[in-house]
Amino acid sequence: MNHIAPGARAGIYHYDAIDRRFVGERVEQFRKQVDRRLAGELTEEEFKPIRLMNGLYLQLHAYMLRIAVPYGVMSAVQLRKLAEIGRTYDKGYGHFTTRQNLQYNWIKLEDTPAILNALADVDMHALQTSGNCVRNVTTDQFVGAAKDEVVDGRVYAEILRQWTTLHPEFTYLPRKFKIAISGAASDRAAVRVHDVGLLARRNEAGEAGFTFYVGGGLGRSPFIGKLVREWVAEEDFVAYLEAILRVYNQYGRRDNIYKARIKILVHELGLEKFKAEVEEEFARLRGPKYRLDPAIVAEIRTHFAPPPFEDLPETSDALARAKAENPAFANWVAVNVAEHKAPGYAIATISLKPPGGIPGDATCDQMDLIADLAERYSFGELRVSHVQNIVLAHVKQDELFALWQQLDAAGLGTANAGLIGDIIACPGLDYCALANARSIPLAQALSARFADPVRQRTIGELGIKISGCINACGHHHVGAIGILGVDKKGTEFYQITVGGDPTLTTAIGDILGPSLTEEETVDAIEAIVEVYLAHRTEGERFLDTLARVGHGPFKERIYAAD
Amino acid sequence: MPLIENGRIGEDAWSFIPDGEPVPNDRPVIISFERWQADRASFDGRNAKLGVRLKSGTLAGAIAPDLDRFALVALEFPKFRDGRGFSTARELRERYGYTGEIRAVGHVIPDQYQFLVRTGFTSVEAPEGTNPESWANALSEITVAFQPSLDETEPLSLLRRKLGLAG
Repeated sequence: MNHIAPGARAGIYHYDAIDRRFVGERVEQFRKQVDRRLAGELTEEEFKPIRLMNGLYLQLHAYMLRIAVPYGVMSAVQLRKLAEIGRTYDKGYGHFTTRQNLQYNWIKLEDTPAILNALADVDMHALQTSGNCVRNVTTDQFVGAAKDEVVDGRVYAEILRQWTTLHPEFTYLPRKFKIAISGAASDRAAVRVHDVGLLARRNEAGEAGFTFYVGGGLGRSPFIGKLVREWVAEEDFVAYLEAILRVYNQYGRRDNIYKARIKILVHELGLEKFKAEVEEEFARLRGPKYRLDPAIVAEIRTHFAPPPFEDLPETSDALARAKAENPAFANWVAVNVAEHKAPGYAIATISLKPPGGIPGDATCDQMDLIADLAERYSFGELRVSHVQNIVLAHVKQDELFALWQQLDAAGLGTANAGLIGDIIACPGLDYCALANARSIPLAQALSARFADPVRQRTIGELGIKISGCINACGHHHVGAIGILGVDKKGTEFYQITVGGDPTLTTAIGDILGPSLTEEETVDAIEAIVEVYLAHRTEGERFLDTLARVGHGPFKERIYAAD
Repeated sequence: MPLIENGRIGEDAWSFIPDGEPVPNDRPVIISFERWQADRASFDGRNAKLGVRLKSGTLAGAIAPDLDRFALVALEFPKFRDGRGFSTARELRERYGYTGEIRAVGHVIPDQYQFLVRTGFTSVEAPEGTNPESWANALSEITVAFQPSLDETEPLSLLRRKLGLAG
């Protein structure tokens, strides 16, 4: 293996010899498992979960390989390697997912050992990106940079990454298990729609602790995570989670895959009974063995030390001048740039949602460019957001204009973060074996329809999320406007929901009316927007207006002709 | 069926007696948990070793009050994907302090062997025709662990890479 150091200054977890040895052993183990499958020693049924736990899916037309990007953070060196793999083994692009990972949609089974080796060269792998195990832990894409951050979620996400890696007890759970952590005042990680959602907080003494929500999730039965414990001290973090997983592993349903997630267990057992079971385990587990030693936390924290920020004034004159001279840049700053905790720095979102584009797709050339820009402007580090964009978290305000010019020249300067064009879409029937309808063409049609940046800003904060089937990978339940693809006697139809919200004011959207064809859907979304604009009062977001006026005016406009 | 112990094929001193068949008194036998529940008085005064076999839906708590009667607890895996046995074994050891043999029976694959050992199993009844080499390899393929195993009690063992134990 030709190991390449993934970048000293990047705020990623830096592997040591033991970590590398582990990943190497896993690659070798998988190679042997493939051999045993080919020799007939493992049946297809037995091999399937093994390949899934190595990130390999069989899709409609080809294998899909999902690469783990722990909590969405990686270095420029790692992204460049992903570009190289996409060029060599896929069709010259990769797809960033709502799980903050990257997937290749056109992989040959026989190439996978070579790909896993290439990944291991830069301390990456595809472990636990699928299968009924604890999946890649996700967090706020602005982690370590956001002005409203209270606790750095990377530290605890990394602890969980390690603790859940090949966990002997929890690798054959009833179903997959997703954990999200947010450590900021605003929840950008959608914690309450995860199996376990964690809010990292501080008590009056300044100590870190966690609020636990359990049993959230989308899919065919959407649930909002329920508050299970207001405060779990840092030292009990692992013990409490271990208790939750042990209760789930024992009592979670295994008779029906659609009822196997922890949300159904919490629902069927009832919150109080579930809590009591967890508390009983927790009381017993709590002790030296599962205590999270502050020394471990401190050691992990060193990996995420702040990069060497320069001492800069709070605001940048150069930025102000560039904005004044270039309205398109000013618009991009207003929409895609967020406040940084360090004076003179900013957080830049690179939208992977150009009008008419495929949400989350990037060409390998674009990935190379983003890697270069991350090195030039953001300490060699970048993040994947759960809304399928890329974030450069530590950009000097002075350099935002230069950054934007290079992004814009490469088709990456779209100013729509959080706006109507910033659509989440699952791969849908174009790729996925489970889908009922295509998601991508609809996303493309919608982003093209709302391409005008001025119009997008006028409309304001409005998330559209599209799923091609009831499994809800496109998070349609929590879209301010959600779209669900359904199959009606072989024809693709789309059901619109409104009022969903993935933030701490979590809400599942309500169905607006009968499903529509693809063309009707695009028109209906436009009609919804027009009704909103006609009804909104000063400063109201779409969700606010909807809450005030109800479904009536929207329904009337779309379905009046029926 | 081949018995796997410490990574090797071992001698099996035990036999499972299906419900309804007479239970010999002169050698170690395993009976079903259902039989134990229905007929426990008939085992009073028995000298030869007794083992009990639990279906995957029967959790550790069900057998906990009677554990001192059994030298072996066999946990059934109806399908290798049904991972309840991992928690049941761990509960038997950690929560109820069971020190006898814990055996995995049913559909188990070598790729799970290390997990079984680390959660407290001592033996595996492997399917007929299994490749012994795969079981032997399974214990040495991965040499790094990130959680404490059952036999570890050191407070710092949580992320054991820090201890350099695996190095």
